[in-house]
Amino acid sequence: MIVDAFYAAPALLILALGVYTTFVRDTFPATVGFLAYGLLLTVAWVQLHGVDVALTEAAIGGGLTGLLLVRASAKLRATEAGARAQRPSLALRLAAAVLCGCVTLALAITVLTLPDPAPSLAVEALAHIAPTGVGNPITAVLMAYRAMDTLLESIVLLLALVGVWSLAPDRAWGGRPGPRYNADPDGILAFIARVLPPIGIIVGVYIFWVGADAPGGKFQGATIVAAMWLLTLMAGLSDVPPISRRWMRVLLVAGPAVFIAVGIVGVITTGTFLAYPDGWAKPLILVIEFALMPSLALTLGLVLAGAPERPAP
Amino acid sequence: MSAVADVFSYIAIGAGAFFFLAGTVGLLRFPDTLTRLHALTKADNLGLGLVVLGLLPHVDGVLNGMKLVVIWLLVLLSGADAGQLIARAARRALRRHPPA
Repeated sequence: MIVDAFYAAPALLILALGVYTTFVRDTFPATVGFLAYGLLLTVAWVQLHGVDVALTEAAIGGGLTGLLLVRASAKLRATEAGARAQRPSLALRLAAAVLCGCVTLALAITVLTLPDPAPSLAVEALAHIAPTGVGNPITAVLMAYRAMDTLLESIVLLLALVGVWSLAPDRAWGGRPGPRYNADPDGILAFIARVLPPIGIIVGVYIFWVGADAPGGKFQGATIVAAMWLLTLMAGLSDVPPISRRWMRVLLVAGPAVFIAVGIVGVITTGTFLAYPDGWAKPLILVIEFALMPSLALTLGLVLAGAPERPAP
Repeated sequence: MSAVADVFSYIAIGAGAFFFLAGTVGLLRFPDTLTRLHALTKADNLGLGLVVLGLLPHVDGVLNGMKLVVIWLLVLLSGADAGQLIARAARRALRRHPPA
């Protein structure tokens, strides 16, 4: 009974927040609803013993996406009234509701008709983990069995950054992203931006390193490091380099480039892209991870910093 | 020994849960931003501290216990700072739009 309530309470709250986020009219309350929704999803994943997913949800689904949405809603505030005046027609809204309802229904039917126990590759994933040299089966999936997906993910992030940059006005192209923040240099924000980053960077690197054998990994670690960078930016303690800087662009593509290079090494030695030669799995995975982590942190930080707004001097 | 530790855990975690509940009631019932912030940060700091204290006897290994304490200290730090920042923003908004 108590156990049921333990699982049912977050599930009900997630549902309620989903409904609230969908139906609330203003952008900002919807964003706050989405943030709380992300936190509750994190709790639900922990309850399901999916700590890896929970960490990703907290870092990327809740934190990073939440921050992006908060910024977007702050920018949209000026146009909100105008957007609301142009309410779409009843037919269009009904069509959208029917479409969403159909997707939900299809998902519900799929989940409810899954065989019991649900099909799982967990046993297979664990059975072949030894040659990869990593202890966390999730990491084995991400870096060995399905390394291609991870490679494409890191490239998708770069494409997202290109998308953000392409929003720059012509005069600011090649310049510094976002506004220059001028916080009180003796204020509380400057204080925490000095105290927290050393701790945060250690936590980020720890989460990255521990990912080999326990929940964690480069994406979660990179998000924490990027958050620390953003904190110093918002406190006015540092500034983003102009996006035209050559070293920055090299650092951005270094991670995916090393990943692709390792993939080509696989073609030469074993005949398959991204296959690791026998006994070389763990060292090569480490090389990829070490190359990807800084690139990911920089990419995520720059995505959050936004489009260039200030022309380069 | 383990029975004593259990009783200690129940009391500490129960007290922590009480502070979270009290903080939530304060957040919902208090009249303005500053008092609501007060209720919220008190509950976070003390409630989480008590929950961590109650969990400590059941942690295997000193390292994991230290991690729990560090989490509490980090929440203390970020909670206090976020509280200050929100309070300042609220005060500025109040100056700009004084209540009629």
